[in-house]
Amino acid sequence: MQGETISRDFPAIDAIIKKYGERKEFLICILQDIQARYGYLPREDLERVAEKLGIPLIQIYSVATFFKAFSLRPKGGHTIQVCLGTACHVRGAERVLSKIKRDLDIDVDETTKDMNFTLKTVNCLGACALGPIVEIDGKYHGNMNTTKVESVLKKYSTKMKE
Amino acid sequence: MEITLNGIKVQVEDDWTLLDAAKFYGVKIPTLCYHEGLSPYGACRLCIVEIGEGDKSKLVTSCLYPVQDGIKVRTHSQRVVKARKLLVELLIARCPTSKVLQDLASALGIEKIRFKARYNDCILCGLCVRMCEEQMDAKAIGFVSRGVKKRITTPFDIKSEKCRTCGACIYICPACLLRCQGPEPPSVLCSGCLNFSPPCVDQYKDVMCYLDPCVACLKDKGENMKKGGKK
Repeated sequence: MQGETISRDFPAIDAIIKKYGERKEFLICILQDIQARYGYLPREDLERVAEKLGIPLIQIYSVATFFKAFSLRPKGGHTIQVCLGTACHVRGAERVLSKIKRDLDIDVDETTKDMNFTLKTVNCLGACALGPIVEIDGKYHGNMNTTKVESVLKKYSTKMKE
Repeated sequence: MEITLNGIKVQVEDDWTLLDAAKFYGVKIPTLCYHEGLSPYGACRLCIVEIGEGDKSKLVTSCLYPVQDGIKVRTHSQRVVKARKLLVELLIARCPTSKVLQDLASALGIEKIRFKARYNDCILCGLCVRMCEEQMDAKAIGFVSRGVKKRITTPFDIKSEKCRTCGACIYICPACLLRCQGPEPPSVLCSGCLNFSPPCVDQYKDVMCYLDPCVACLKDKGENMKKGGKK
């Protein structure tokens, strides 16, 4: 589950590693499973994986930083992706992004203090006709502007409290 | 196995690379990320040579390219020299404080850097990474991130338990060795060691001059080479 408070759960990590037969060829699959479980890759877990698979920690760190799908920092409950593709850009995606940044008081690739939102940018979501698009947890919010984005964000921040 | 090296037919061993062959026959190919004690990496691409003939010729990194029977290799053709100079220019623009790069530029007769200087302290040649892994058996440092953000560091940017602070990475680093003017040089290109009246040998048909440094051929814009070296 995302946003779960982490206590070092090595049996769970060991189970994931065991699932792939403790083979280093499956490093990416193992990292994906850890990411799916905790929402990010905790440092202690990567050290455990390195130890179990017998590969240098730097190699795992290289892989974890190479792929955009992996995150080394805890992610918030909701992931906001602001499209900055050409079509969205000309329709004012920058303004929407700076509005979100200001409202949540975070920068791109950062998470709010209450662990509710993680802000990301993306180059195209493939729905240019709806631009500017803001995607939150896989749901597309089209034709965004600075006023609309405020109400959308409000919806998600109240949802979490309930 | 027999290959043609700069127009001369030479015998080579099956498991050699083109660089091995060139070195064995005394042809000096400039290298940067290559080191005898480490596995070849092909990152700096300074060791490029031209193989094949005419339209089918192509540039390959000699440190990685294995010898093939009957292959025609040209280590200092116009195309190779031009590409090599461009590479050194780009490397110097990235890291103008490196002595190793400035020496290479002087040897190749580079008089101008056409790119904006970045004053980066790393050229990502990977020598330190391979040194740490292969010779020191520590595996403490490696490449992190990708693209323009790619850099060399320890896991999580903290002191690694694997690191014994042996200093081998600094020893082998071509960028850590500063040029004479120190860390804040007055100009991007030093040119202090550039030899403006170099020796030269006569050119014969298909045979090229490969004296080190072969600045004469570079100075007259390859005019001699055009006359002598057959394309």
